[in-house]
Amino acid sequence: MIEGITALYIFMLAAFTGYEVIGRVPVILHTPLMSGSNFVHGIVLVGAMVALGHAETGAEQVIGFVAVLLAVMNAVGGYVVTERMLEMFKSSKESGG
Amino acid sequence: MSALVQTVYFVAAVLFIVGLKRMSSPKTARGGIVWAGAGMLAATLATFFTPGLSNFGLMIAAIVIGGGIAYVSGKRVAMTDMPQMIALYNGMGGGAAAAIAAVELIKGIGHDPVVLVLAVLGALIGAVSFSGSLVAFAKLQGWMKRTLRFPSQQALNLGVFAATVVFGIVLAAVTQSPWVVAVFFILALAVGVLMTLPIGGADMPVVISLYNALTGLAVAFEGFVLNNAAMIIAGTVVGAAGTLLTQLMARAMNRPISNVLFGSFGAVSGVEEEAVEGSLKPIDAADVAVMMAYANKVVIVPGYGMAVAQAQHKIWELAKQLIDRGVKVSFAIHPVAGRMPGHMNVLLAEAGVPYDLIFDLEEINPDFPNADVALVIGANDVVNPVARTNPDSPIYGMPILDVDKAKNVVVIKRGKGAGFSGIENALFYKDNTRMLYGDGQDMATKLIQAVKSF
Repeated sequence: MIEGITALYIFMLAAFTGYEVIGRVPVILHTPLMSGSNFVHGIVLVGAMVALGHAETGAEQVIGFVAVLLAVMNAVGGYVVTERMLEMFKSSKESGG
Repeated sequence: MSALVQTVYFVAAVLFIVGLKRMSSPKTARGGIVWAGAGMLAATLATFFTPGLSNFGLMIAAIVIGGGIAYVSGKRVAMTDMPQMIALYNGMGGGAAAAIAAVELIKGIGHDPVVLVLAVLGALIGAVSFSGSLVAFAKLQGWMKRTLRFPSQQALNLGVFAATVVFGIVLAAVTQSPWVVAVFFILALAVGVLMTLPIGGADMPVVISLYNALTGLAVAFEGFVLNNAAMIIAGTVVGAAGTLLTQLMARAMNRPISNVLFGSFGAVSGVEEEAVEGSLKPIDAADVAVMMAYANKVVIVPGYGMAVAQAQHKIWELAKQLIDRGVKVSFAIHPVAGRMPGHMNVLLAEAGVPYDLIFDLEEINPDFPNADVALVIGANDVVNPVARTNPDSPIYGMPILDVDKAKNVVVIKRGKGAGFSGIENALFYKDNTRMLYGDGQDMATKLIQAVKSF
């Protein structure tokens, strides 16, 4: 269980971490990084699974199902496109040109 | 929640942060996504072991169906369509956060006011991000060509937003009856649509980035509701990183975020534009090829037109030929060229251009006076010197690539129309500028052939 004030500390520290991690990123990586962070919030999947897992009525099950469906698309799609983009980043030394 | 699940979530959070950190440097970027992916996989698998869960059949069905669709569409999408794909996947995440909130609200999550408020806030942000991202997707995909503007639009938007907030307060403070939940969600979705409709295509990068940050925040809020540390940390990190990224982009365009959301490009043109002096001077591909083949230094400036024409491979082929002849070739990229920051970098990388030939605005601008030829392909507003000279212009103050300072400028362009923002480009009328009319890919092919023949 996460108590209120502890949660607030987590929130604050995570926010600073996010800010610092992106701090000096070159423009060249803006799109892949946006895509990468888009993938990371695909973690909403675990929440969606818990929500569906605790669903009891039909309505809860339907909405929970939609939640998992959307979340998994966020995670999988985000991973695939980010990987495809980053796959292409090579320096001239690596590519031998 | 069991200790095993908690431990795995902790490891996942670490992997996400390390992954993002690695993604922020070109050397380690490729490994970064793998780290983050490992974290996601571990967290997802661990969640199955959360005590007290049921509906596993539905869960696995949803994962297989959604995962399958997303995998196939993600693999198939062309590099030029990446921006809208990111918008779409981002919208899905926002929708998922909103749906979690809906389940929790309907089920009744107790009377802790903090939890209720966070659930409602996350629902609002997630739903706005969902419908807004879908509109952004439709616009970039070309399904929705026009930006919709009508009288008293702002008032309507404000009204709908106020109604949403009222229902949100009722939801958090009074009752969580299903019809209140339903009305609240319909209103929140409408806010996202109405907010995004009037925003023009040129501002879409900033908007997508903003929705990305918002989804992160929504995920973090729902993480509080579910008491899920992995969601809180990952969501908050993305929220903060996304906000910074949005600011960087808005700054590159010299447009405050409020201006992007509530101002409207093009509607500014109540101001009379200065008539541009001079004439457009066309040139043949063969002449351009001579100019470049015997130049010392050539700078290539790609823009959205290159993406549309899919010309990146041909352009790199051309550049390689020039390099073989001993010409110094560099690529100059404006931070907001294309429909996403770094959009051009991705396309050039796809074509195989090494990233050490690619330069940012600050790096390349001092070099333009030394360049014999600046080849502009499909870029317009980002090279318009009006941004430096005419205070009345809507793009005044936006940092631009100083292409006009090169000894010769060649602009490859489809037709004579103005740029995305509808502003006349003074660069095209300058004495040292020549226009090469035609499709980017065709023209690049012609240039390659012509350079070969020398």
